[in-house]
Amino acid sequence: MERIDVGEVSIEALVHGAGRPLLFLHGIDYFAQQVPFLYRLADNFRVIAPRHPGFGATRRPQWMRTVGDIAYLYLDMLDRLALDHVILVGSSFGGWVALEMAVRSTARLGGLVLIDTLGLKFGARDEPEITDIFALSAEEVIKHNFADPAKAPDYATIDDAALEEVARDREAAALYGWRPFMHNPSLRHWLHRAKVPSLVVWGEQDRVVRPSYGAHLTQLLQNARFLPIAAAGHYPQIEEPERVATAIEAFARENLP
Amino acid sequence: MHTWHFSEMAYHPAWAQLNESYRVIIPSRLYDPKVGADLYHRYLDEWALCDELGINIMTNEHHATATCADSVCTIPMAILARETKKVRLLALGMPIANRENPIRVAEEYSMLDVISRGRIEMGFVKGVPFEISPANSNPADLMERFWEAHDLILKAMTSHDGPFSWEGTHFHYRSVNIWPRPYQQPHPPVWMPVGSQGSASEAAARGITIGVLNTGWTATPGIFGAYRETAAKCGREFNLHNLAYMALIGVGKTREEGWRRADQILDYSRTSGIVAPQFANPPGYVAPQMAATAIRGTATTARATRLQTRDGKPINPRTVNVEDAINAGLVFAGTPDDVWDQLKAFYDHVGGFGHLLMMGQGGHISHEDTVDNLTLFSKEVLPRLTELG
Repeated sequence: MERIDVGEVSIEALVHGAGRPLLFLHGIDYFAQQVPFLYRLADNFRVIAPRHPGFGATRRPQWMRTVGDIAYLYLDMLDRLALDHVILVGSSFGGWVALEMAVRSTARLGGLVLIDTLGLKFGARDEPEITDIFALSAEEVIKHNFADPAKAPDYATIDDAALEEVARDREAAALYGWRPFMHNPSLRHWLHRAKVPSLVVWGEQDRVVRPSYGAHLTQLLQNARFLPIAAAGHYPQIEEPERVATAIEAFARENLP
Repeated sequence: MHTWHFSEMAYHPAWAQLNESYRVIIPSRLYDPKVGADLYHRYLDEWALCDELGINIMTNEHHATATCADSVCTIPMAILARETKKVRLLALGMPIANRENPIRVAEEYSMLDVISRGRIEMGFVKGVPFEISPANSNPADLMERFWEAHDLILKAMTSHDGPFSWEGTHFHYRSVNIWPRPYQQPHPPVWMPVGSQGSASEAAARGITIGVLNTGWTATPGIFGAYRETAAKCGREFNLHNLAYMALIGVGKTREEGWRRADQILDYSRTSGIVAPQFANPPGYVAPQMAATAIRGTATTARATRLQTRDGKPINPRTVNVEDAINAGLVFAGTPDDVWDQLKAFYDHVGGFGHLLMMGQGGHISHEDTVDNLTLFSKEVLPRLTELG
């Protein structure tokens, strides 16, 4: 892991590969399980996968409390690294961050890939669309996140330091997304500002947030395509890494600078 | 030594229908309001009796649970502020990090203080982890919000020259100006429950009275010690009345009767921790290191091992018996002599404390037994407590 200093934040990031820049923004959980997918992407991209402030080993300044703050931090980071035509990929919570970036500025973006993203509210006030995973038993959390529960990590066997990181990631996710739960009520009204080609990737077996939510988002984005992934849950890049990586490569080729 | 009678106002009639969770997700169709009304009046009668017996009164609050039907700790106090005339009234207390509006808390406590003519003691509590879901309160910055609310409430109670402004991290008011102001000056005494040496030190640094619950023979000396040390370090005058210990108490004319009462009250300990594990470990409620243990799947074990006998044997709270609970210092029970002896030994072991929080009602103990328990305590044990200052 490397460090990228932006303002007062020293961002821990996995940086690997060469080629067109690809910024990958991770979700609530299972970062370690996504590393093989990131290395696979690095075959064709220069992958930058930061740990959000409060997650992993990136310390969060106390004032930084909203997903909008993270979005500005990464827009600053793209300026600082002078990256252009960036393929911005966000998964789950990271998809929410990616959307908040895109509605602020697409100046350095060449395409947006949203994988089972959170961040939006479409339904009625008494119809939750994002499952409250913090109110589920450990067994149910896995069933909601994975099409094949055998692909989930076994927390009974991983080491203490890794488990502490899991706990820190959950704490950070709660800090940013506790209420309203994992969404920004006004974000859907600004989606027209995300004027870049988009690919909306969705695990067909996702029970955290259903494919219909992704389809709805696809309609609201300009120039977006919906790609369901069979046999995958909330993290298709863990369950079907090759399919997702290939789709991102094809999307990048379709949208060359 | 001051004694306080405490009851959780449990709705125990539902317990037989509950299994793996007594909290958070249980449907309220299991609550019969007619039975509940009788229970409320019964518990209030027991507290009102305390005014005659010279035992102070303590309430608490929990949410979405059959173990405690007191969901607003100041509501029984509002009734008792007028029904009683002499004893002091401790609400321990208000979950100020879970309440949206600290100004409302300051108003409620101030109004109670005035009605009771200065008999209110105000508790501010972090709240157990299972309170997070009912309050939808963010667990990741809970203590930050707790201390901001604490500071704002005290400033609101002690500012008497018109409105002031508060633009904090969590709370925003352009014009804070509470009426009435409290009866006691500068404000009613402040309490908080603590369960660790770290929290005890935080309270000591601010001169807040601490109440410890379920810490028993092994953990209590360290917590009280941390309080005394920090108070000294901060140059605060330490007073035994900064320390309170909660025990379950069963007094009887015979040892058997006292133990039977304690056994019934112990149903509080046996049911209180029964909750689906995900609600026992909300993200950020404890430091990542501790949370990691819980994620590994030992959350229930971690909570359970907090209770232990004096030689360190872990006690399972769901099956604890009177003998082990006495050994662990969680229960004082038997004849008035037994209770006094156990209490005195515990008092000496932990270096003394100024308040005994007496759970004199809990679980399935009947009204008649509760009245007899409280009466015997007040006649036979209370007079001896003057020895302890």
